[in-house]
Amino acid sequence: MSNHVRVPIVIDVRIRQGRFTLDLHELIEARTVALFGPSGSGKTTTLEIVAGLRRPNDGTIRIGSDVLFDSQLGIDTPIYRRRVGYVPQDLSLFPHLNVRQNVLYGSLERQNPDQQITEILEIDGLLSRAVSGLSGGERQRVALARALMSNPAVLLLDEPLTALDPALRGRVLPYLERIRDDLEMPMVYVSHSADEVRKVADWVIMLDHGRGVRSGAPGEIFGIGA
Amino acid sequence: MDELVQVTGFTLLMATISSVVMLPVGISIAWVLARREFVGRALLETLVSLPLVVPPVATGLLLLKLLGRRGPIGAFLAPLGIEIVFTWKGVVIAMVVMGLPLLIRTARAGFEQADRRYEEVAATLGARPWRVFWTINLPLARRSVLAGIVLGFSRAIGEFGATVMLAGALPGARTISVAIYRNAELGRDAAAMTFIAVSLTIGFVAVYFSNRLVRVQ
Repeated sequence: MSNHVRVPIVIDVRIRQGRFTLDLHELIEARTVALFGPSGSGKTTTLEIVAGLRRPNDGTIRIGSDVLFDSQLGIDTPIYRRRVGYVPQDLSLFPHLNVRQNVLYGSLERQNPDQQITEILEIDGLLSRAVSGLSGGERQRVALARALMSNPAVLLLDEPLTALDPALRGRVLPYLERIRDDLEMPMVYVSHSADEVRKVADWVIMLDHGRGVRSGAPGEIFGIGA
Repeated sequence: MDELVQVTGFTLLMATISSVVMLPVGISIAWVLARREFVGRALLETLVSLPLVVPPVATGLLLLKLLGRRGPIGAFLAPLGIEIVFTWKGVVIAMVVMGLPLLIRTARAGFEQADRRYEEVAATLGARPWRVFWTINLPLARRSVLAGIVLGFSRAIGEFGATVMLAGALPGARTISVAIYRNAELGRDAAAMTFIAVSLTIGFVAVYFSNRLVRVQ
């Protein structure tokens, strides 16, 4: 994992929503960043800000050379131009489209899904099926394939394994590792599982009550053995 | 028999044209009300529902004042050779105004029921708002939209008050409702009852399918 090319990631934002305030100031170089912390700490809010689904009051968001938001420069890239492969916690597979149509939604010019992606995620046999008939693990893989097929600059995963039972979680996790290793896709990964974070991330931002309380390599955050 | 065929054919044709006119307007307003926050939203909401609570005759009279040759819109259209009042165009406008609220209310409910998350995910996949509307919003709300069209169509078929004010009861531009009124007024009860039977049949079929569409959703 340490051999992977790291990209500069700036998540320096403030947002006030009712009684909740998120105030995050992170300038890091990483391949897979985990946003880690208890429920209500601001993990999903951060991910939604990066995706463009929530507008921060001020700050800067940069992934690699792409400036997604900069309040001082007046930049607020529209969601459809951000090139973020967003996989929400509930996956939100389009119920009126079959698997192939879901997977190809973000890649208009293609007739067929990318072979490498379908092989990594093992969804070739699912393409003609309706999404309503998929199992939890299959739905997860289809949602990942859909996000990857949109040719994103970064993959945003919101607790991708939380809805799965422990056995299924163990089977889906390797797919995430293959995406990271074979596709070299930068990822921002929301989780409250230290085990998952240890396996997937090369950088961890610990959040609590809307603030980044610690930031570092998994080994530094979770101790030896990470 | 000739009158029955002519009036029924004319009514169905006018209601079909009205539905075609209602469709883009109604769907656009329904979507805007379901998905956008803007100044004047409550006003628009109230305005589009008004024809449901105002007596149709009053709506017809207002339309007559607006679209008549001396009205603000009619005076503008007359030099262009466009006559609305006492023509088939008047029938269509009356039907559209009276049917639109039902289409908007039903379609709006369909847009509101669909989870916003689908639109957000579609946008993150690179879909611009117009594509999100055509590929996500509309397909997910399709049953409500269809039910709304059926309701708007059936309301158009049954429209009387506004139609008679705006288009009169001239032969050749007479709808089923107007024909029922005219025949009853002239004491031709059997003819009036025949038109009522036709009206009931069309209304029954329309409401039955509309309810089925909404229930399946």
